[in-house]
Amino acid sequence: MKWLSDDKLNYLRAVVANPDFSSTKYTFIKELGRGGMGTVYLTEDRELNRLVAIKVLNVPQVTEDLRNRMIREAQIIARLEHPGIVPVHDVGVLPDGRVFYAMKYVRGSRLDDYAAQNGSLGDRLRKFQAVCDAVAFAHAHGVIHRDLKPQNIMIGSFGEVLVLDWGVAKILATDNTDEDGFIRIHPSNPWPHDTSAGTVIGTRDYMSPEQARGETSQLDERADVYSLGAVLHFLLKDQSKVGKAAAAICSKAMAPAKESRYSTASELSAEIGRLLDAQPVSAYQESAIEKVSRWVSKNRFLVLLVLAYLLMRIILVFTSRP
Amino acid sequence: MDPDTDIGGPLHRFPVTNHSAIEGARSDDQIIRCRAFDTILTSYWKPAYKYIRLKWQADNEDAKDLTQAFFANAFEKNHFASYDAAKASFQTFLRTCLDGFVANERKAGRRLKRGGDMDHYQLDFATAETELAAHASTDLTPEDYFHREWVRWMFTLAVEELRRRCDESGRGVHFQLFERYDLRDDQNVSYASLASEFDLPPATVNNYLAAVRREFRRVVLEKLREITATDEEFRTEARSLLGVDVK
Repeated sequence: MKWLSDDKLNYLRAVVANPDFSSTKYTFIKELGRGGMGTVYLTEDRELNRLVAIKVLNVPQVTEDLRNRMIREAQIIARLEHPGIVPVHDVGVLPDGRVFYAMKYVRGSRLDDYAAQNGSLGDRLRKFQAVCDAVAFAHAHGVIHRDLKPQNIMIGSFGEVLVLDWGVAKILATDNTDEDGFIRIHPSNPWPHDTSAGTVIGTRDYMSPEQARGETSQLDERADVYSLGAVLHFLLKDQSKVGKAAAAICSKAMAPAKESRYSTASELSAEIGRLLDAQPVSAYQESAIEKVSRWVSKNRFLVLLVLAYLLMRIILVFTSRP
Repeated sequence: MDPDTDIGGPLHRFPVTNHSAIEGARSDDQIIRCRAFDTILTSYWKPAYKYIRLKWQADNEDAKDLTQAFFANAFEKNHFASYDAAKASFQTFLRTCLDGFVANERKAGRRLKRGGDMDHYQLDFATAETELAAHASTDLTPEDYFHREWVRWMFTLAVEELRRRCDESGRGVHFQLFERYDLRDDQNVSYASLASEFDLPPATVNNYLAAVRREFRRVVLEKLREITATDEEFRTEARSLLGVDVK
């Protein structure tokens, strides 16, 4: 029997553990990351000669029905063409029966790593707003992400924001599409749920209470709004000057009862926009002093101009006296 | 998938067997129990021997006797039947039993008599000793060393089982390709060089290697299933050892 060195042993373990892409056009390069839902690998698309990220879902022994549904979901997600949503290029089944998605390989930093390097509150809020916009786009087309967290958000080399990992997304829409190719939402006639009641999907720290309780059939866009609130909380927690309005937005988005949250990601995005523009936000009732303070803060240049004018007049009054 | 290149048939799913030697050790049927014990012995004797040598600082003759006696005693008293999967993995259980056994032997001041009345199993201690001498590791705890040697031994057995299956099914070329590419020490071997060496089209080399790796994956998981007691333990071990999710 041949002695297996440690290197050889690790290699053979990888042979067993890594997916078999031999029946696909992808060549395995390395593992990029591992999560509760699946593992992402870097591969090369041999036909197009480009790098592609492939997520293999952790669902062994899938039934034919489940496999078809997962593929159908991937097809729907692939139609979400938005600059903030990582494009899905391909979907398929490996020889061992596991479903995989091939996605654009995004070079850049995860939001948590990015936040560790970039401290500006304004920049973080603008990035967060871009995340909200991407999620709002998906919601408008009947797709709920269900696993929003900093680790699933990438900031590209040019500052672009991309929401990744739609592998556990829930499709609210039926199979029909608009003339534009977009999916029509029929909340009264939802698709058969992809996970049974009681199944908990997502990441605990970023998961809405209803999601944590496994109320799969009750999940709607507000579950993602909660997760967005948790992402906002993550972005704000190390900031010294957060402000009551920002904290209130965070609290409203993360309200335990979904009825108390923003009803859509668009609403949340608009609220962040108002915060960035120093306008009043719906989540926080300002006092008169705070209103004046915000107005002064927003119109600082004008205030300085008026103050300078007044000061000049005062000086003139005093200096012109005989 | 090309059926012609598949060793294990058209369905390549995890796992392919539910046979567990740990369960077999609890059987009332003497034949099943013997077979189960044989599997456990085959899977663990070498890590056990090396562990005794390393942790208990036993000389090679003493370690040989202790290894033989431990398994003989375990079989005779059916110790493995008392394993409780809820408390620990079987590997941890066996190692703890081994520690207890050696400690008792040492405490009693016994030196096991070679050629006495205990069962003697045909175990290749000479190779184990050579490996130990050539690859002794000092940077691991004895427990980690036992685990690592167990993993190594399990993969070694899996390679041998793969060779046997390939030979029996007339697919010796598949194994030769696997041996040349995946077990090679020569880093210069490529699919193209194998195609030339074996006078096969490159696509066939690709297909054969994919098929034989699938079979290897299946063999490893079967081995793992054999020496885990429950589905839960099997899943946990597969995830921790190989990073794969199995049902």
